[in-house]
Amino acid sequence: MGAIRTEELLLNVGPQHPSTHGVFRIIVKLDGEIITEATPVMGYLHRGTEKLAENLNFTQIIPYTDRMDYVSAMTNNYVLCHAVEKMMGLEVPERAEFLRLIVMEMQRVASHLVWWGTYLLDIGAMSPFLFAFRDRETIVQLFNELSGARLTYNYMRVGGVKWDAPPGWLDKVRAFIPYMEKKIEEYDRLVSGNEIFLSRIQGIGRYDAETAIRYGLSGANLRCTGVQWDLRRNEPYSLYDRFEFDVPVGKNGDCYDRYLLRLEEIRQSLRILRQALEQMPEGGETMGKVPRAIRPPAGESYVAIESPRGEIGCHIVSKGKAEPYRLKFRRPSFVNLQILPKLLVGETMTNLITILGGIDIVVGEVDA
Amino acid sequence: MSEHQEDTKDVTSRETGEVEKKAEGEASEAADKADGKVIEADKADSEAPVDKVQSEAAQVGVKAEGEAPAPASEGAASEATAAEAEREAKRQAAAEARAARAAAKAAAEAGGAEGGAPAPAAPAERPARAPRAAAGAAADAAPAAPKEPSPLQPQLDAAAALVRELVDVDAIEEAYVNELGSHMPTLVIRPPYLRRTAELFHAHEALGCSYLRNVSGVDYETHMEVVYHLVNMASGQRYALKARADRSDPVLDSVTPVWETANWNEREIYDLLGIHFKGHPDLRRIMMPDDWIGHPLRKDYEPLDPEV
Repeated sequence: MGAIRTEELLLNVGPQHPSTHGVFRIIVKLDGEIITEATPVMGYLHRGTEKLAENLNFTQIIPYTDRMDYVSAMTNNYVLCHAVEKMMGLEVPERAEFLRLIVMEMQRVASHLVWWGTYLLDIGAMSPFLFAFRDRETIVQLFNELSGARLTYNYMRVGGVKWDAPPGWLDKVRAFIPYMEKKIEEYDRLVSGNEIFLSRIQGIGRYDAETAIRYGLSGANLRCTGVQWDLRRNEPYSLYDRFEFDVPVGKNGDCYDRYLLRLEEIRQSLRILRQALEQMPEGGETMGKVPRAIRPPAGESYVAIESPRGEIGCHIVSKGKAEPYRLKFRRPSFVNLQILPKLLVGETMTNLITILGGIDIVVGEVDA
Repeated sequence: MSEHQEDTKDVTSRETGEVEKKAEGEASEAADKADGKVIEADKADSEAPVDKVQSEAAQVGVKAEGEAPAPASEGAASEATAAEAEREAKRQAAAEARAARAAAKAAAEAGGAEGGAPAPAAPAERPARAPRAAAGAAADAAPAAPKEPSPLQPQLDAAAALVRELVDVDAIEEAYVNELGSHMPTLVIRPPYLRRTAELFHAHEALGCSYLRNVSGVDYETHMEVVYHLVNMASGQRYALKARADRSDPVLDSVTPVWETANWNEREIYDLLGIHFKGHPDLRRIMMPDDWIGHPLRKDYEPLDPEV
């Protein structure tokens, strides 16, 4: 009875794979069912946003940011506009800033719902996906009313927002909050305690705080290890210092903690939304005093905000022209994904999907 | 026959259409050019005073004004030269003003001698304008010279002192607070000391920058620059480290062994800007295909195959 001869298997996953949420490819070496090495291959969705931006003025770049993280276009719009405003020292009218904050938090809810639905779909639960997309549809419809687009909103401008909310729009948002609060409890009951689900994700894809920081993780990927780091709280921008909200943290640093955090973040976003709608001024300008040609002074600036996926940053190098000399986006999906090869070694093939899904990437942002 | 006529008519109309289009194109081009001129004129307006009696004092004032913002972003090393330039400008402005006053006096005397009515009007104008120009030069230079130090200047000084003490006296090329970028304390590190400075920032408890949030590469056409944005998560203090590399053969030490975050970021910079990172564990292209030629984010990049 000699030993069974085994052979290493090289398996290619993607770029056309339903669980890679876009065109992400990973080459894995398998020893039986166990992954011994994983090599991500990116760039299938690289459009050269940063290069294109060098020949566009800042207002023209805004729609390109929509297409980076297309699940969270509002926060991407914001980081660019905010960076330019900070460089030029522009004031944004209060109503405009409230509108921005409201759409950003709605976007966070929508983005986490997409994640929740698709993640459960990835690991084999069909119906949560339908629930999540039903509720996200409400937000998408509201955004459509506001900006005229369902996904790529191009709603924000340097110095304000493109339009004020149409009549009755804010009431619809107001009505959505209690509805969503009820639904999120329902979803929590439906899935979070499910034994099959728990056995699939508890203790999977685990890392500690030190590792998370070393890899520069941000968002729920960082907070799941117990590090309380949320730019809305740590480096307050917009009006976040006016509202009460918690920054939930996990303690185990596994996929289950990330799951719970994102659900909790939906609740916290709804809490912020409720306060924002109460405090919002009745009327007022939606566009600040902005020079006709937007030319940030020569120099550079790095500005970062908290997107649903973590720290999205915008590094502008300006030479005083209408176009940026160099525009670099710090994309949270790209940075967060770096830890994947490390997490996969020693895991089974089925866990590849669980772990990849748990990081919550959008390939448009990974590749930019 | 009629058909033929229609045909010719068609042709002519098409031709006129083309002619019209062409004319339109030219017109818009001309308009573009005119626009450009207007912008240039605007620029000139904003940069040069419209004062007709452009004494040299005023010119010096303009020069100082034009130079002042550049050193502010360039940093401490050139700040000294900027201060010198300002002093020089002030000196010259003062000299000019003196000269103008003397000239005015002489002219007034001459005017008095002539006794003509219109003559005093001219000299009266001259001394009035020359001091104003001089004052303008002084006013332009004045706010720049005793400029309020940034609230983060002590933070920068402390970090710079640590680097000088624990890495090398020569490690810092420039140290300045980038006021435009939310007062970011910025250190430009000489490339040979980059890795050790990175280790210091990561490990030293007074700096404690365990989190590297962003790495950017910039092609400045004269040189390449890599910017590392750091943050101390406990205190919230932020820093930017910079390293400059020769453009023809840009090589820098990799900081991936210090912060794993840098891994893919450096690969991206290598891919798009062609900066090599010594000591990187896996320096391959990441966005472009492996057989791609050139580095697309370089300012002088030209695609090998424009059809792609």
